[in-house]
Amino acid sequence: MDRTFTLVDGEAESTVPASAIDALTAGARPLAVDHDERVAYLGTPAGARAARLASLEAPDFSLPDLAGGKHALSDHRGRKVLLVAYASW
Amino acid sequence: MLHEELAGFGFTVVTVALDKSPDDARPWIEAARPSHPSLIDTGHVLADLFNIVNVPTVLWIDERGRIVRPNDVAFGTDTFKHITGLESGQSLAAIRAWVRGETPACTEDEIRALQSLPTAEDQQARAEFGLGEWLFRRGRPEAAARHFARAGELAPHDFTIRRGTMPMRGIDPMGPDFRRMLGEWTAAGQPYYRPLPDPRG
Repeated sequence: MDRTFTLVDGEAESTVPASAIDALTAGARPLAVDHDERVAYLGTPAGARAARLASLEAPDFSLPDLAGGKHALSDHRGRKVLLVAYASW
Repeated sequence: MLHEELAGFGFTVVTVALDKSPDDARPWIEAARPSHPSLIDTGHVLADLFNIVNVPTVLWIDERGRIVRPNDVAFGTDTFKHITGLESGQSLAAIRAWVRGETPACTEDEIRALQSLPTAEDQQARAEFGLGEWLFRRGRPEAAARHFARAGELAPHDFTIRRGTMPMRGIDPMGPDFRRMLGEWTAAGQPYYRPLPDPRG
């Protein structure tokens, strides 16, 4: 019996047959699978990430502040930016 | 603060908290009351895009959106100097000089020589983290923990995973489990922080 999986690809989620997960396992993108929970998660290949960083063009992102307002790195084009990653841990 | 001091030079600080929830970062942000964007990244989007493997990590980005100094360790204060052995003064002086236009940032050759680019294992680890975080958000912490553990095995140098997921696994990220992990890592000759060498010697 071909039970279905939830496939997570960024913000998108879809229901796919197990055979589709088998096909993705051999694919170009990193795939994490939980067979008990029937969930699979697609990541981004190292080659794509490395090529973008090596181009020295900063990848853009959009993330929320504490109030939920979204901010993109590209909002600051025309200014120098000190980008700081930190954490409470 | 650096942001207020240098805002008149066409400069902004953008901080991003790699935390499991806004509430984990909230006390820090409310204490600092920053006037710059102070963002929350529960899914480690920034770590994935910039190959960030520990905190604090800073990058310099110029007016055209180009990376002009790659991932480095830098502290804004000397609060943790007694633990980290890293001083804030030199990196703050370098940032001031760059923003004021007194010294150029790194050349493209210097940046490429200093960059660490992600490997297939790093990106598989990030997919495992992503699945774990997805499961955690949906009330499946035990399933999530399996994938956080797998991610840590794939990328043992990535403390945004090995330490950063501790709060999602019910582990104190300042406690004995962290100290044991750190002790094993440093005993194997591996540094916890990897500051860049000064590109100009």
